[in-house]
Amino acid sequence: MALMQIAEPGMTADPHQRRLAIGIDLGTTHSLVASVLSAVPTVMGDHDGKYLLPSVVRYLENDEISVGYPALAAAGQDPHNTIASVKRFMGRGHGDVQKLAGHLPYDLVPGEGMLRLRTRAGEKSPVEVSAEILRVLKALAVETLGGEPEGAVITVPAYFDEAQRQATKDAARLAGLKVLRLLAEPTAAAVAYGLDKKSEGLFAIYDLGGGTFDISILRLQAGVFEVLATAGDTALGGDDMDHAIAEWLIAESDTRQEDPVWRRQLLQQARQAKEALTAQEQVQIKLEPEAGNSRELTLSRKQFEELIQPVLQRTLPACRRALRDAGLKVSDLDGVVLVGGATRVPALRRVVAEFFQQPPLTDIDPDQVVALGAAIQADALVGNQREDLLLMDVLPLSLGLETMGGLVEKIIPRNTPIPAAKAQEFTTFKDGQTAMSIHVLQGERDLVQDCRSLARFSLRGIPPLVAGAARIRVTFQVDADGLLTVTAEEGSTGVRSEVIVKPSFGLDDAEIARMLQESFAHGAEDVAQRRLSEARVEGERVLEALQGALQSDAALLDSTEQARLDAARQDLEQFLAGSDADAIQKAAEAVEAAAEPLVQRRMDSALQRAIAGRSIDDLGD
Amino acid sequence: MALTLSESAVQQVRKSIAKRGKGLGIRIGVKTSGCSGLSYVMEFVDAPHPEDVVFPHDDVSLFVDPKSLIYLDGTQLDFTREGLNEGFRFNNPNVKDSCGCGESFTT
Repeated sequence: MALMQIAEPGMTADPHQRRLAIGIDLGTTHSLVASVLSAVPTVMGDHDGKYLLPSVVRYLENDEISVGYPALAAAGQDPHNTIASVKRFMGRGHGDVQKLAGHLPYDLVPGEGMLRLRTRAGEKSPVEVSAEILRVLKALAVETLGGEPEGAVITVPAYFDEAQRQATKDAARLAGLKVLRLLAEPTAAAVAYGLDKKSEGLFAIYDLGGGTFDISILRLQAGVFEVLATAGDTALGGDDMDHAIAEWLIAESDTRQEDPVWRRQLLQQARQAKEALTAQEQVQIKLEPEAGNSRELTLSRKQFEELIQPVLQRTLPACRRALRDAGLKVSDLDGVVLVGGATRVPALRRVVAEFFQQPPLTDIDPDQVVALGAAIQADALVGNQREDLLLMDVLPLSLGLETMGGLVEKIIPRNTPIPAAKAQEFTTFKDGQTAMSIHVLQGERDLVQDCRSLARFSLRGIPPLVAGAARIRVTFQVDADGLLTVTAEEGSTGVRSEVIVKPSFGLDDAEIARMLQESFAHGAEDVAQRRLSEARVEGERVLEALQGALQSDAALLDSTEQARLDAARQDLEQFLAGSDADAIQKAAEAVEAAAEPLVQRRMDSALQRAIAGRSIDDLGD
Repeated sequence: MALTLSESAVQQVRKSIAKRGKGLGIRIGVKTSGCSGLSYVMEFVDAPHPEDVVFPHDDVSLFVDPKSLIYLDGTQLDFTREGLNEGFRFNNPNVKDSCGCGESFTT
């Protein structure tokens, strides 16, 4: 018979009513899977009881694939065929990772679109590599639960963009998993702590992983989580603590540091020392730089804390930034949650407690907390819990459209809770314009060139009308998983066109952080650029209109007027080539003033044509 | 009338209660549901019902309501491991037939 678990009072599930659902934390260095068993969220271990699966995939010679510890162990000997940290490549193009690739051993296939890695098993995309990790987790779940899970909730960083989210979903589908929802990692951590059971509150989720640091500010309101702000450092993590210890070991022992094998060994010892110092006051480290020549060093917890202090301090500016973005003070927060193995370090907990002026929540294993939260959410989504749990995430970066002059018009601003839909009306720029090109962008800056291009499509079949008469309604729709659909529709004819943003490119975390930072740093510059662009668009519109009028009615002007208008026009053309927004604006006004007689007479003559040959009586009607 | 817990079951119950932080013991019982008539109930007990029959096992207690006891008399509750899955097994001499997965049964 099936084995039973002890349930909370009144919570025993009816037979065959339980629907199996899993939560997966698909991490950069480790991944894990959890499920709710008789109302208790539990991570699932393998036959050795290990629940952390290293996110490493190795393609072997006999067409076999190894995932996890064996693959991790082989990373040194078989770097081209052993893919680690594939999460950093999700949803990204070849161009995006050029700067990363410099210190990665992988053989990247050059080309457009999705990034591919050359291995002995052929070219593999990050989606395929991630799917191998998910397959192993799924198999573990099937064996533990005794059945196929109906669905999975997979966590992603809060700042993952459309392309990265889509790539994660594709990987799950490839692994034969039905994705119930993608959930932001900080939100999952908050759910694991049951923070969603409160009626409202503001929480900070401090996540220090192996190689990345993320801080997120969440708001819970009426049972719904919103991610108010995220910040972080993609090159900061627990590994930096190991490096600090390794540097110390090198300095203290006065040994050579160029040998990579020796260095790897030092890092290994550093990590062990770090873990030991969580419980112990001091630790002995035995170094053996050469056979037969060993020495022993003692590292006290106090020394260790001094060594890692810079790492801890580096997390604080991002915490301040996230709070500022969210418009909050430290005292507004109702709780702080720690995520990531590195947060076990007692000194870190003290620094966090001091910064946030309250002790952080640490009851749940910080390695497991995200997967547990995902499992709880999955359990609710397949209908095992009575109360509805609806979690909202926010858009990590604003979504917008390119408008005339290379400017970006934001349609959905950053940090809008999703799912969200917003529409805005646009019009044509030229007389008789029958098509419109729609360029979808993501980012915070004002100019197209500084934002990330997500998609381009065109709307055709706009009825030929004078400039500004057509009404084109552009709708941006972001679903609960953060995937974007853009629709454009012309009002009078109903012609429409749409695009679903597919993963061809994406932004990496560092890029998102950089884009956010730049939007603050270049705020003033952007405003000046925007004014210039707007002035140019206006100046060109004036010239365009003048051109049309002169073509039909140049004869209405006398030679002095004509000369004045020509001079003004030349002035404007000259300033348009420059970059002085004020000058362009003044010149455009001058052209309009010089064109005043022309405009007046055109109006008169049009009126005359309209009333010619008709009696006063007719006109009275 | 008797119900017993195996040594591994006692240990697991003790561990579960310690981890949960509260509880007097566990309740086992049956309810009418499932494809074969009856199914088991197993829950933590925070407040016993007045009619409960209590079977103490060292520091943990087994609570059963008198109606369920008729179907469970002689049952031994064991904690076992099957592959990656571990959980409690009801060795119930009253069961005549059960559905394929054993989640529900008839007596």
